This record gives sequence, structure tokens and C-alpha cells, in this order.
Amino acid sequence: MSRIFAYITYKDQVADDAALELAAAAKLIDADAQVTAIVTGSGPDLDAVCTAMAQSYNEVWKFDNEALAYPNAEVIRKLLVNTLPPDAIFLMVHDTFGMDLAPGLSIKLDSAFASDVVGFEGAHGSVLNIVRQEYGGMVSAHVTCDISGGAVITVRPGGFAADESKAAAGRVVDKSGDAGDLSVKRRFLEIVAAEVGDVDITKSEVLVSIGRGIEDEDNIEMAQELAEAMGADVSCSRPIVDSKWMEKSRQVGTSGQTVKPKVYLACGISGSFQHLGGLKGNPFIVAINKNIKAPIFQVADVGIEADILDFLPELTEKIEEM
Amino acid sequence: MEILVCVKRVPDTSENEIELNSAGNDIDRDDLVYSVNEWDNYAVEEAIQIVDRVGGSVTVVSVGDDEAEEVVRREMAMGAEKGLLLSDDAFENSDGRGIATILKAAVEKGSYDLIMSGAQADAGAGQVGGMLAAMLDYPYASLVNTIEVQDGKLTVGREIEGGNQEMNEIDLPCVLSIQTGINEPRYVGIRGIRKVASVEIPTLGAADLGLDAALVGDAGARVKRIDYFVPDMGEGAEMLEGSTEEIVEKLVELLKAKGGLK
Repeated sequence: MSRIFAYITYKDQVADDAALELAAAAKLIDADAQVTAIVTGSGPDLDAVCTAMAQSYNEVWKFDNEALAYPNAEVIRKLLVNTLPPDAIFLMVHDTFGMDLAPGLSIKLDSAFASDVVGFEGAHGSVLNIVRQEYGGMVSAHVTCDISGGAVITVRPGGFAADESKAAAGRVVDKSGDAGDLSVKRRFLEIVAAEVGDVDITKSEVLVSIGRGIEDEDNIEMAQELAEAMGADVSCSRPIVDSKWMEKSRQVGTSGQTVKPKVYLACGISGSFQHLGGLKGNPFIVAINKNIKAPIFQVADVGIEADILDFLPELTEKIEEM
Repeated sequence: MEILVCVKRVPDTSENEIELNSAGNDIDRDDLVYSVNEWDNYAVEEAIQIVDRVGGSVTVVSVGDDEAEEVVRREMAMGAEKGLLLSDDAFENSDGRGIATILKAAVEKGSYDLIMSGAQADAGAGQVGGMLAAMLDYPYASLVNTIEVQDGKLTVGREIEGGNQEMNEIDLPCVLSIQTGINEPRYVGIRGIRKVASVEIPTLGAADLGLDAALVGDAGARVKRIDYFVPDMGEGAEMLEGSTEEIVEKLVELLKAKGGLK
């Protein structure tokens, strides 16, 4: 099989958790594969990450260049096109950076593209069997991917158990000289930090969290009344913020806040992986949803099949009586 | 500014429960309510707002069958001047690359400064915009949640992890994929639809677009869906059963035990 490469993202000299998930995913594609980690950046931070990655990858390609100081997907794509072999199997994480970089890379490399993969189920010749999810996780799909001309594959963050063996004893190769022309037509300006809201839900011990099932802005009061009775705070999923019914600072999910409550009441929330990605610390999860097929019921501790518009007032009333 | 917005007709997940059909090889498509992909709807609204500010026109394009024409028309009713349907039996079962190939051919028949798509659609791949940009050799930015028009370029914000925003300057022409929440899409009423009911929407097939049928549809697909299934996720949640009163009672006890009540 072709060589496998994995792009490593990192922060403050520490590789993201997903770096070892990519190593595990590579082994699932081909248990005997020689896997190369690609680490890009500028300055001393880079070396610490490369050294750490050599424990888990057979080889580490280091690219040190001022143009790589911030990971601009357009620049990194050009670098990869300039340096990857044509039939490479290239892995990265399906996050906001992967979504920016990977689809275009597959075109430039003339490779197959599979995104947000959650499982690998072996290969027949040059056809890789993979598992994806569709419709916000409501159904899964078996998909075949012809990798004879190489492949760009993004994997779901947290979708694979990290390979913690750290037994690769790989070597770091400085490939900086091979980077080639990195000029692009999109320039990174700055990061604008998230606004701080009136309530810091990352500190809340109990959250009453609402999703699309709340149906109307006026109904949010129901959740507020319940939260008040419980001594909880109100948070929400993405559609509520998209509708401008609540502040972004109240949104739980990868594109919002990461919360770690003791108890999480998911009310009318379907439970997409982006939402669940913002829920840490193994809380006790109660899911209330009228759609019994909602993925939230697969991760919740306790489930209630009900319309939250009927159920929440009943629950509030009971708690207020106590 | 001449803007092309790529839209897709998809099952509306807020109106439907997505279930498998009896054969298990597809979702059950009987009685499914379809609508425009939510992300695409935000893209159309954004395009219209840009044209309102700086002039130009919006064209809405979709790859699909006759039913996709309804979706194009609905989006035109929001205020897009032109519609375009790309339809051919040869396009069926295209993978993301195939769809991008078809769209590229349509882009090259026109003259657009800005091409927009939704950040993702029903299959959750989030691929067509980035692929189209690479095929055209245009710069690309994904998950865009603010756009400001400058001279010959745009300043765009990308939604990244943790509610943060990555600001970029991008040269025109370019391709952007749009994140939900970038604006508040206008409501389209019956009257709006009626206004555009008789507007002709040209339909272009593979031959009109000068496309090699081997590069699109089933023939060109390197990624193919074999079937759908519902994975065995283990036990899942313990479902509370009984009358509402009983369920409330049980839940309150559980919440007390787990520290959910103060």
C-alpha cells in the first residue's frame, strides 16, 4: 500500500490530542504502514512537537518557515502539494482547519477524498472500506474509497482511540528546504476572541440546555423557569444561536463553549458530534426529545421520549413544589 | 459584484425523522419533506445583502433533477436575479469531485467575482466548495461568518473552534463556504414565489457544459456509498417510562441523587 501521512496540529509546543488518534487511524488503514507525521511552523516550538511525534510515528517531516508561523490552510495546502508523493494517503482531523484545507488538497493531488470518517473496515485491493455518518449522525453509511491514485481522508476528532504506545522510535527529517513556492491569495490577519457573556457556562455545575425542539423564541422562558427552579444555568445548541435567540457565549459545542457540568439536561437537542464535542468531564446526561431516533439518546444516561414544550413545565412545577 | 451561489435540495431534517428503508440500502424517502440545504440558504441571503450594498447580481445554481428547480426558484424568490439548473442522467451518483466538476464547467460559462456554497449539506462532507476553488485555482475560505467587501478583495471571518473567529483577506475572484448564523435569512412567502414563478430557469446538461461523462456521475466517482445502516451503539440511555407524572417523579429523584438540584 501507499505511504501514509498525518498532519499534526499543535498549540504551545504540545500536539493536539488528535495527533495520536491519527496514528491509530493509520494503523487501521494498514497495520504495517510506515506512517509519516508532518509538522509545520516556525521557530523553536516546532522542535518540541517533532520530538514528541517521533515516539508515535516512523518518521516526522519538519517544515520550518516563517510563512508557516500561522497555519493558513491555503499555504499549508501548497506546501503539501509541493512535497507529498502522488499516491500518498494523507490523514488529518475533520475540524475547522481540516475542512478548510483537505477538499482542495484532494483536487490538487488528484486523489480520492473522504471526510469526517468514523471507522475503517479493511481494504480490498485498492478499495478502502470506510464508515461515515450522514444527516447529523441519524444514520451511518458504508462507503468505498478508491485509493489507487492516493487519498485525502479527514477523520472525526475523538472518533478513534489514541495510539498511546509511543514505540515508534521514529526520526525527525528537516524538509524545510523542499517547501517550494508558498505564495497564496489569502492572507491571515488576526484571531478575534469569542465574546464573554453574562453567564460563564463553562463554570456551571448544572445546565438546562435547549435545542431546535424549543421551536420558538418565546418558549425559551420555559427553560429559564426550569433552570431557576433547579439552580441551574441555561445553555443551548447551535440552531438557537443561529436564530439569534441566545448569545453565542451560551452555545455548547466545538464552535462554542466547552462545558464540564455535573448534570446536563439536553432538551430538544438532537446531539450532533459538534455539540457533544463541547461536553466534557463525563456529566450525568438527561435527554428529553420527541424523536426517539435522535443520536443524543445513544450518549445520554437517562432518556425521556417527550415534547419538551409539554414536559419542561411539568418538571418545573414539580421541582417548585418541593 | 457578480455572485454565483451553489445550492442543494436535501431532505429537511427538522421536518423528518431519517430512517432506513425496508431493504436497508437507502433512507426511507417516502413522504420526505425536501427543502434547500440550510447552509445554502444563508449563502443566498448573504449574496443578496452584498449585492444590495455594492451592486451586481446573484445567480443561484443547483445540480439536480427537475425537483431541484423548485429549490432554485425558492431561492430566486429571496431576491436572486438568475437561476441555473445543471441536470443530466450522466450526473447521477456523482461524488463530491463530480459535483465540483459539473459546477466548474458552469462557472466557466459565466463571469463571476465570487462563488459561494453552504459549508456542508446532508452528507456532512463539506467538500464541494473547497474542491471547486482548487479546480478553478481560486483562493478559498471555509466556514465564513462575516464578509466585508474591499477593493478587489474581501475581508472574511471564519468560524473556528471555541467561538473564536479567524480573520482573513482574500483576493477576488474566490470561493467561500458559508456557515449558518452569518445573517438572518429573509422569509419567503407565497407572493414572493409567485413573482418568480414564470421566470425561465435555463437547464444545462453534460453536452451543453462540454463535460466528459466519464469524469462525472457513477463513472467518475471514486467514493461510493454502498448502504446506510444504524450502528449498534450499545445500551444507550435508560429510557424513563410511564405517565408524565411518573416520569417527572423518577427524574426528580435522579436529579437529586446526581446533584442536579440545589
